[in-house]
Amino acid sequence: MPYSVETREIVRKFKAKENPVIALDKVSLQIEEGEIFGLLGPNGAGKTTLIKILSTLLLPTSGEAYVGGFSIVKEPEKVRRVISLVSGGETPGYGILSTSENLWFFSQLYGLSSSAAKEKIKLLLKDLGFEEYAKTRMSKLSTGYRQRLNLARGLLNDPKILFLDEPTLGLDVLTSKKLRGYIVDWAKRERKGTVLLTTHYMAEADEMCDRVAIIDRGRILACDSPLTMKENLKANVIMKVEVSSVQADFDFMEKMKDVVGYSQTRSIQTDTTTLKVIVRDEATFSKITSKLEQQKLKILSVNKAEPTLEDVYISLVGRGFEEQEAENSA
Amino acid sequence: MREQLVRNLRAAYARLWVRIKGGNREPEWLIAELIIPVLTLSAYVYLYQMLKAPDKYVGFVVVGGTLIAFWVNVLWNMSAQFYWEKETGTLEAYFVAPISRMAILLGIALGGMVNTVIRAVAIFAAGILLFHVPLVITEPWTAALLFLLTIIALYALGMLFASLFLLYGREAWHTANLLQEPVYFLSGSYFPTSSLPFAVQLVASFIPLTFGLDAMRRVIIEGQGFVDIWFDIVALVIFILVLMPLARYALKFMENLSKKEGRLTLRWQ
Repeated sequence: MPYSVETREIVRKFKAKENPVIALDKVSLQIEEGEIFGLLGPNGAGKTTLIKILSTLLLPTSGEAYVGGFSIVKEPEKVRRVISLVSGGETPGYGILSTSENLWFFSQLYGLSSSAAKEKIKLLLKDLGFEEYAKTRMSKLSTGYRQRLNLARGLLNDPKILFLDEPTLGLDVLTSKKLRGYIVDWAKRERKGTVLLTTHYMAEADEMCDRVAIIDRGRILACDSPLTMKENLKANVIMKVEVSSVQADFDFMEKMKDVVGYSQTRSIQTDTTTLKVIVRDEATFSKITSKLEQQKLKILSVNKAEPTLEDVYISLVGRGFEEQEAENSA
Repeated sequence: MREQLVRNLRAAYARLWVRIKGGNREPEWLIAELIIPVLTLSAYVYLYQMLKAPDKYVGFVVVGGTLIAFWVNVLWNMSAQFYWEKETGTLEAYFVAPISRMAILLGIALGGMVNTVIRAVAIFAAGILLFHVPLVITEPWTAALLFLLTIIALYALGMLFASLFLLYGREAWHTANLLQEPVYFLSGSYFPTSSLPFAVQLVASFIPLTFGLDAMRRVIIEGQGFVDIWFDIVALVIFILVLMPLARYALKFMENLSKKEGRLTLRWQ
């Protein structure tokens, strides 16, 4: 049986003034039917590029990809019949039309009869909890409700494969939680529905996904269930240290061979830096604290932490998401 | 096959519906779109009256001012449409849907036609009533056929432009601007093209509006019939037969190119 989504050595290059930018570098993935699969990586890692290729909006430079068993290059029309794409932060329709008018319009792109469309719209508005906004113009909806509309639009055609590109981008905690819950319910209820989700929110991937692929600079670094990934990290020690001053310098750790990786969060308000460091043994950690003391930094707190997906990322890349995003955008 | 056809027809109808709904939901727009053309038209009428030009020139101006509304619509609401859809984020939804892109263009074109017919009729009526233009229509069906062919040819040109503009970023706006005035001038919106030098007339003959305008004036102002304007009708049919497949080919080519270059949904280029 073919995979729901399969990519084989996908490469995508973009022209640039000097050298071409390699957005995807030999990406190979297999996603099973009914799976909620997460693509986790910082901004600029290549997540959106991959989802655009799979949804037939972009051609790969080389490699092959199959969605629902159809080639995205040779049979894009067949691919489009089984997919839907929801991009977070996108305008979900025409501002001058109401929520239900927008949904009716998009239902027509999938050939739904008007009566079937109306029934479906009613159900989606109810399930996503915004029936009272059915007649509100899209331009007057808040970001959260626009995103609900966006998701409703993506589910109108009962897709076999749903692509979600940062579906909770810019949403408040409560709305994000509600949407995440709905997507998981939808996938589990349908069971035939496959979800490919891109996100740079670790908790989102952890909470929703059966399996996660960590992507960085266009390359897949790891692919497994969130639990297995975290379990694999348990052989290491993860420490969280809060030190005085935002000027703290951690470059010395680059040369320590038993440091797997680290990330830092600086707070200007409190003039502190929180360091998260993954080491192979606790003895290495003692060396780190003495180095910090040599910098005349006051260690405010030290805690041992349980592994998270963020730690998995740090262990693979050597640094945290935020540092990597800053580097990608530089 | 049948399923695909039904889906495309539904998509075209839905896009037409959006255009009509969107174009008429805010009446402020309707007022602006009626008053401005009538003002422009009045300026030319008063100019001709001051110069003591023959009365038929007033009729020329009213017909020109009416048909030019379609050109403005084709240019701003048809040619640049994919660019706007890209900016607002709806283009992605079209290109992910299992429909022909031509169905969307057809819907945009038909919606634009309906909207502009409403405005054009109002402009025409205002022009006739304000300036007492005598109409001499001997063959109403010829006039109707001519009008239909003119706007179909114009919107076919709009479909071609929309396809070519697909790859454009902000340049779409500048290109539309660049095309607006020269077409006003070359098609003879406010004067007969026969007064233009031959070389300019030759260039103007590449614009469907030139044929439509000239023939329409002769049919509804001068009372000419089918036998007098058959050449213009043939020219308009040729425009339609060439522009439609060209638009389809251009759209396919541009879609492919923009997917290769990664510009299909890239904004603010």
